Amino acid sequence: MLQKQTSRWVNLGFQFLAILVALAFTTLLLVLSGAPPIQAYKELILGAFGSIDNVSNVLIAWAPLLITTAGLLVTFAAGLWNIGIEGQITLGAIFTTWVLRSFENSSLSPTMIIILSIVAGMFGGMLWASLVGVLKTFGGVNEIFGGLGLNFIASTLVLYLIYGPWRRPGVASLSGTEIFPNRLWLPSISNLGISPWAFALGILGILIIYFFLRGTYIGLKLKAIGKNIRSAHTLGIPTWQYMMLSFMICGLFAGLTGALQVTNVYHRLLPYITSGYGFLGLLVAMLINYQAIWVAPITLFYVALNVGSVQLPIALKLDSNLSGVLQGFLVLFVLLMEGVRQKLTRKV
Amino acid sequence: MSFEIVLIGLATVIISAAPIVFAVIGETFSERSGVINLSLNGTIVLSAMISFAVAVHTNSLIFGYLSGMVVGAILAWIVAFSSISLHQSQVAVGFVLTETALSLAYFLGSPYTNSQGPTIQRVPIPLLSSIPVIGPLLFNADPLTYLSYLLIIGAWIYVFKTRPGLILQGIGERPAAAFVRGANVNRLRYMYTILGGALVGLAGPIFSLGVKAGWKGTISGLDGFGWIALSITIFGGWNPVRAAFGAYLFSLLQWLSLIAQPAFPSIPGAVLQVAPFPLMILTLLLVNISDAEWVNRTLAGMPESTRKVIARILRALHASPPAGLGIPFENE
Repeated sequence: MLQKQTSRWVNLGFQFLAILVALAFTTLLLVLSGAPPIQAYKELILGAFGSIDNVSNVLIAWAPLLITTAGLLVTFAAGLWNIGIEGQITLGAIFTTWVLRSFENSSLSPTMIIILSIVAGMFGGMLWASLVGVLKTFGGVNEIFGGLGLNFIASTLVLYLIYGPWRRPGVASLSGTEIFPNRLWLPSISNLGISPWAFALGILGILIIYFFLRGTYIGLKLKAIGKNIRSAHTLGIPTWQYMMLSFMICGLFAGLTGALQVTNVYHRLLPYITSGYGFLGLLVAMLINYQAIWVAPITLFYVALNVGSVQLPIALKLDSNLSGVLQGFLVLFVLLMEGVRQKLTRKV
Repeated sequence: MSFEIVLIGLATVIISAAPIVFAVIGETFSERSGVINLSLNGTIVLSAMISFAVAVHTNSLIFGYLSGMVVGAILAWIVAFSSISLHQSQVAVGFVLTETALSLAYFLGSPYTNSQGPTIQRVPIPLLSSIPVIGPLLFNADPLTYLSYLLIIGAWIYVFKTRPGLILQGIGERPAAAFVRGANVNRLRYMYTILGGALVGLAGPIFSLGVKAGWKGTISGLDGFGWIALSITIFGGWNPVRAAFGAYLFSLLQWLSLIAQPAFPSIPGAVLQVAPFPLMILTLLLVNISDAEWVNRTLAGMPESTRKVIARILRALHASPPAGLGIPFENE
């Protein structure tokens, strides 16, 4: 018991060290590019939490990243690298936009249209994710590359829709499709844009995944496949069917993310509608070592960095990709420190 | 379209394939030795940016190319260190590196956006360049393109016809057996991963100092090539010549998508330009599909003559990865 306690503190120590190293490298980078580091960090924090508008931007961005990351835990549990997640979010956004456009002028109530569009988005994400599974199972294409191919196809499809059939009357441009009328927006608090519905979906999503992976039969079987696919197969778990299932569940979540990006964040279809949340979600999942309890706080921290960095070019003429650098360094050094810890503690 | 114009177009195809050739052969070395370096997409963009900045400051192309190689080698070393020495997942570290390097490139590169920098010039080779057809096609290019020809041939000879090349195959296929025969598996893996990374890193400056000259931040149009290079490595079956063929095929598709634009006015130009990316990745289906159970079952039900033809095509396209790819080796 005592030993377990100590090793837990040692773990924490290494993780703390990793964070320090990541911060040190980022600071070094700032110094090298001639920026005052303290000022930069201050702007980053102020940009995220300095005003009510900023805080609400953080909260609006939180739900989509939270949901995507929650979904990714399912494919990770089955030992799968769902790099196709970006395409799945995109397809979710496309399906949602499609339904919104189709019923925009119908007699259905706006509430009904929004619900339908979100369901359609989830279906779109699931469809795209199951294609990754089909390519893997029946085509022998590793999910990383199948997913990448489908990501490219998804972003090509968005470009086609924006420049082609769904272009704005008069001007087709990268600014996306026509903005939907206010009644087709997810209802939000006053004029801040924060939607309690998006929140509820985010919290519900991570709770479902937490209990699904922890306490259900299917969740445990997925984990067995992730740990050792051969012995899972020998034990009689139908492996490819379960992998397919995990892709589809993750796709549902990715599709929901896309649906929220359209109904709650941008209110139209954009070329970069995913905001890169798919890949960012993969990074967060790695950072938290795939543990569901950490998803909510760490995704909040990551979107805060994203939102906060918007301030940097204005205040300090620094490129906003600083947030991406810090986000990447954190994951990189946590992974490396974990390796160092394992190496050191094994010898003892 | 006249023959001359087609020839000029095809010559451009070969020149714009050069960075991809370097990247796929670099990755082929790394994966042959047993290490997947998944950081290519970030590596290429970061090395393009750094080498452009170095070339702007020093006004020297050579320093530009060298700095690109250094960037590639450092990132590859991180992959090697974390996987070989620290036993972390190669895919995880590679993916994180790719994303971090991308952000790093856009962050560090922003002061250089749209700066003027040196670009490499074409140097026709005397005599060779005056051969009809072949001359203008192959020998009216820049030095790095010539270097890419040498790399293809040299890498093929090295991997398949030399003793160190055989050892390289050994440490990727059966590391334990290679170890017993005296090969220092992990040291060689370090070496080949770093060498491969340096070659990948050369792809960056070939873009930013030539093929896609300059630095334009997120719209530099370099994001994506690394993933393509990774899939071409598989398409190439870990064979330098076949990998180079994949690079040329991709470059050809890009050119075709450009000249096809007037023929399809209904398809937006932006769409056609991106089309080669998914197409190239889906060619991976051809490489692996003969492993699938349903394919063999379907084949078995076909008439003898058809079956033979299809089976032969599939077998020719098929490629298996080195057996030890991605698996850490412990010499115990």
